[in-house]
Amino acid sequence: MTESVSPYTDRRQRHAADMMGMYLFLGTEIMLFGGLFAAMALTRLQHPAEYVAHSRELHLWIGAWNTVILLTSSLFAALAVHAAREGAGRAAARWLGATAAFGLGFLALKATEYTLEFREGLLPVTGGDGALSEPVQRLFMHLYLVSTGLHAVHLTIGICVVTGLAWRLRRAESARAIPVEITGLYWHLIDVVWVFLYPVLYLAR
Amino acid sequence: MSVTRLLVLTWAALLLLLALTVAASFLLVGPPSLAAGIGIAAAKAALIFWVFMHLREDTGLLRVVAIAAFAWLGILFALGGLAYLG
Repeated sequence: MTESVSPYTDRRQRHAADMMGMYLFLGTEIMLFGGLFAAMALTRLQHPAEYVAHSRELHLWIGAWNTVILLTSSLFAALAVHAAREGAGRAAARWLGATAAFGLGFLALKATEYTLEFREGLLPVTGGDGALSEPVQRLFMHLYLVSTGLHAVHLTIGICVVTGLAWRLRRAESARAIPVEITGLYWHLIDVVWVFLYPVLYLAR
Repeated sequence: MSVTRLLVLTWAALLLLLALTVAASFLLVGPPSLAAGIGIAAAKAALIFWVFMHLREDTGLLRVVAIAAFAWLGILFALGGLAYLG
């Protein structure tokens, strides 16, 4: 007879512990992006008129469509978790594949937007900053590039993890729900970060 | 209500809030605009945390852990803002 060395009394407790560990990690992510949001808040506090003027230069509708894409990808991630909980591995894999595809769609649209801004001379990178004349405009566009860039890096990691999980589950007759749930939490947090980035950067009026 | 139905309705509510925040950006300026943008974003985040991230099924302790970072963020904003408001 083998003696159990599990620290958990039951599955429910184990599930709660797994979720709590992930939420602690997500807390560090919230603080990482929170520092950038604090910088944006103080920039707006100090230069309200300029902040609004430079926000108007961003592509509001590209940002709106990317929000639609990301919110939809989150729905697919939630449906993947539901499928995994029902033990439907292949269905979970399909929803995860759709999640990753919409994540790629977001990145493609974001790349198009960066290209437009580069041509307009608004991107604070070598060769793309010709139209940046004022210091506050440069600061605003730096905050924009760093925060959306950091968000894109997180989304890229999310796409890799989601794709890997979908690949593992592609022929599964059943599925352990916890890896799908934890991956889903990460994906949804990236969505939440964008939900705040969009109005703070694009919709300041 | 079935889980799938709840998830799709939540997604529809999120899209509606997105339309609302874009509309508000054309109608409001200054502090009301900022309040609408942040308020609607907070409502969207709450829906995502509550339904998509399963906080509605979790225990009280887990809910506290999940949103604790927002309390630390509040401290960061309060202390960061004090230096400029004084």
